[in-house]
Amino acid sequence: MPIEIKMPALSPTMEEGTLAKWLVKEGDTVSSGDIMAEIETDKATMEFEAVDEGVIAKILIAEGTDNVKVGTVIAVLAAEGESAEDAAGGAATAAPQEKPTDDKAPPAPESAKAAEQESGTQQLVAHAEKAGAVDPEVPAGTEMVKTTVREALRDAMAEEMREDERIFVMGEEVAQYQGAYKVTQGLLAEFGDKRVIDTPITEYGFAGIGTGAAMGGLRPIVEFMTFNFALQAIDHIINSAAKTNYMSGGQMRCPIVFRGPNGAASRVGAQHSHNFAAWYASVPGLIVIAPYDAADAKGLLKAAIRTTDPVVFLENELMYGRSFDVPKLDDWVLPIGKARIMREGKDVTIVSYSIGVGLALEAAEKLSGEGIDAEVIDLRTLRPLDRQSVLKSLAKTNRLVVVEEGFPTCSIASEIMALCMEQGFDDLDAPVMRVTNEDVPMPYAANLEKLALVDVARVISAVKKVCYK
Amino acid sequence: MAKAIRAISEPPLPNRERPGEPQPFEASKDQLLEFYKDMLLIRRFEEKAGQLYGLGLIGGFCHLYIGQEAVAVGLQSALTKNDSVITGYRDHGHMLLCRIPPKDVMAELTGRAAGISKGKGGSMHMFSVEHKFYGGHGIVGAQVSLGAGLAFSHKYNNDGGVCLAYFGDGAANQGQVYEAFNMAELWKLPIIFVIENNQYAMGTAVNRASSEDQLYRRGESFRIPGIQVDGMDVLACRGAAETALDWVRAGKGPVILEMKTYRYRGHSMSDPAKYRTREEVQGVRDKSDPIEHVKRLLDEQGVTEDELKKIEQEIRKVVNESADFAESTPEPEAAELYTDVLVERY
Repeated sequence: MPIEIKMPALSPTMEEGTLAKWLVKEGDTVSSGDIMAEIETDKATMEFEAVDEGVIAKILIAEGTDNVKVGTVIAVLAAEGESAEDAAGGAATAAPQEKPTDDKAPPAPESAKAAEQESGTQQLVAHAEKAGAVDPEVPAGTEMVKTTVREALRDAMAEEMREDERIFVMGEEVAQYQGAYKVTQGLLAEFGDKRVIDTPITEYGFAGIGTGAAMGGLRPIVEFMTFNFALQAIDHIINSAAKTNYMSGGQMRCPIVFRGPNGAASRVGAQHSHNFAAWYASVPGLIVIAPYDAADAKGLLKAAIRTTDPVVFLENELMYGRSFDVPKLDDWVLPIGKARIMREGKDVTIVSYSIGVGLALEAAEKLSGEGIDAEVIDLRTLRPLDRQSVLKSLAKTNRLVVVEEGFPTCSIASEIMALCMEQGFDDLDAPVMRVTNEDVPMPYAANLEKLALVDVARVISAVKKVCYK
Repeated sequence: MAKAIRAISEPPLPNRERPGEPQPFEASKDQLLEFYKDMLLIRRFEEKAGQLYGLGLIGGFCHLYIGQEAVAVGLQSALTKNDSVITGYRDHGHMLLCRIPPKDVMAELTGRAAGISKGKGGSMHMFSVEHKFYGGHGIVGAQVSLGAGLAFSHKYNNDGGVCLAYFGDGAANQGQVYEAFNMAELWKLPIIFVIENNQYAMGTAVNRASSEDQLYRRGESFRIPGIQVDGMDVLACRGAAETALDWVRAGKGPVILEMKTYRYRGHSMSDPAKYRTREEVQGVRDKSDPIEHVKRLLDEQGVTEDELKKIEQEIRKVVNESADFAESTPEPEAAELYTDVLVERY
């Protein structure tokens, strides 16, 4: 059989090109790898190599020809043992080939089906709803221990490390210094320097090493001194960790926890005060958790360490020293992807997460004195977002305010508002409002910083607005 | 014929232990035949991939390994089952040498459900934990830190494994490479950093992008020894691998191997081909082709043209079968769009 040599495509979008130059002539013997021709488009030039061995029997398209359609037979090769004349004759009568790419386009997904399965995580949330994942029961009589968020986080790591040898902690100052914010206090003494590892100040590098170690089967906890510094490492969090499972067709896991303080602290200026929650929550493949109190910090960090998916665990420096009740149970683990009703109410829903939950609770307390009964929801997990809990509460109160210690634009608050519009529109008696930081880099001056940050007064004012009071 | 592996221009050697001078590997006839088969498999596979790309069956970016075969064959032939391999986006050849079936790779290139990544990864994003091939990474230089992480896990698990982390002369200028160098040496991680210096980062020649273009010296300020190797000579590559593995397995920390090689094809399939002359490419093909080199050695060993032809036919058969499979096997089901985003359910 003579071999037909077809006009190649330089890219998937190329439909035609110029056959700029032939580098072989009829009668030449070619072997695989020999350059036969130059093909050009407006974007690129490609040297066209022979794949098969044989003798060029016939050149069908002359050099210099423009607009040669991809797939057109441009020459005929006589394979070993064939005469060039026979090959040339046989091919000359052959009809031009259909462009082979045409029928290869995948069918567009049916729109109905696409709408039904709007996103993978939405499906997963729906599944969780059916499965009824809820917080574990705290048996009556369980002792409650006043614990700081800092200690709760440390306890979570220590308990998990005792159970699973694959878990290790790495980051700047996590070992000998006992943690830049003392979150890893005591871990070095208990677990040794094989499992509690001080790194150089090279976030990109150690985030990559942690991610690679997770790919290699370990369970790293990578601490960032703050998530502001994690911008140096965000490539590994997103490109390496979040996308691996999908890109590998589900065979390569990346069970890693990236954790550290996020959001504003106190008077540390613009480069140390950014809340990155919305950045990470926009990425499929990541779990994003931002707890408020100590019990959630402990229960969710334990869950984060156990899960096989990569987790971004956003803490808050201002919360580290605050104490809350934590149930004294052997294994306090909370479900990922479930919001928590912090305060029940019937007039209006205040949705928040992390430090904003404190503001929401304080505002709700004050509002109750003015006859407004607010329900407060702590999202706890930002991805996958517990849409059902938000919508359920909205259906009850018909009014909603989102409180977020972060920038307003493209925020978690924006996402909640979109959710209410798309899926809760009929339940709304007033527009959803968001109460966030000002849309400026965080200033240093005490008075300006105060002006920039979300506060209780603003929450109260927004709630009154949506309640038309 | 002993051939010097190391280049002549040497920096003054610091007064600390260094790996010995690598010697060209003394291959038996059978080993040479294995090298020949593996190199030929990569070449024919890549040629076929280029052809399928030309026919529109492979989309996106497609980076071919043609010309560089001796590097991966020489190095990976020295690995054991505990060792791991990671590389960038020019990854087809490395995967074949990890013994991933050619049809699984080719079907990924055509975006089919039977592909190694179920058609969700493509040419640049392929992985096989089973074969200890950890990608297939599309971000230039990412595989170096990730590779250090794999080496970390070898050391943590004390499994005796070494990570072979390949990257190009372009990636050698990325900042994270040096962060990884620092920690790898600090923690004596079992890793060989393999710089595949094919002379061009896309279209930018090494000396237009690198202030120190002798890339094997790039580890000096981290106390990582470097060795420059003729990457067109499979025996030199294997010899360097032996030296590097001895050093790393002895717990002495990482080694850098700079493999001087050359890619015949464009950076990707779509390449302007304006940054180097055809004569340059042809010159390398004529004088230094790694496969022709082994062919000559086999000839000296008395292997006949007929035997080589038979190997060629066997390999063409494997490659053609993988291409036929990759063309005919179905695309992923639409529902696959939503799977593998997360592992667990929440």
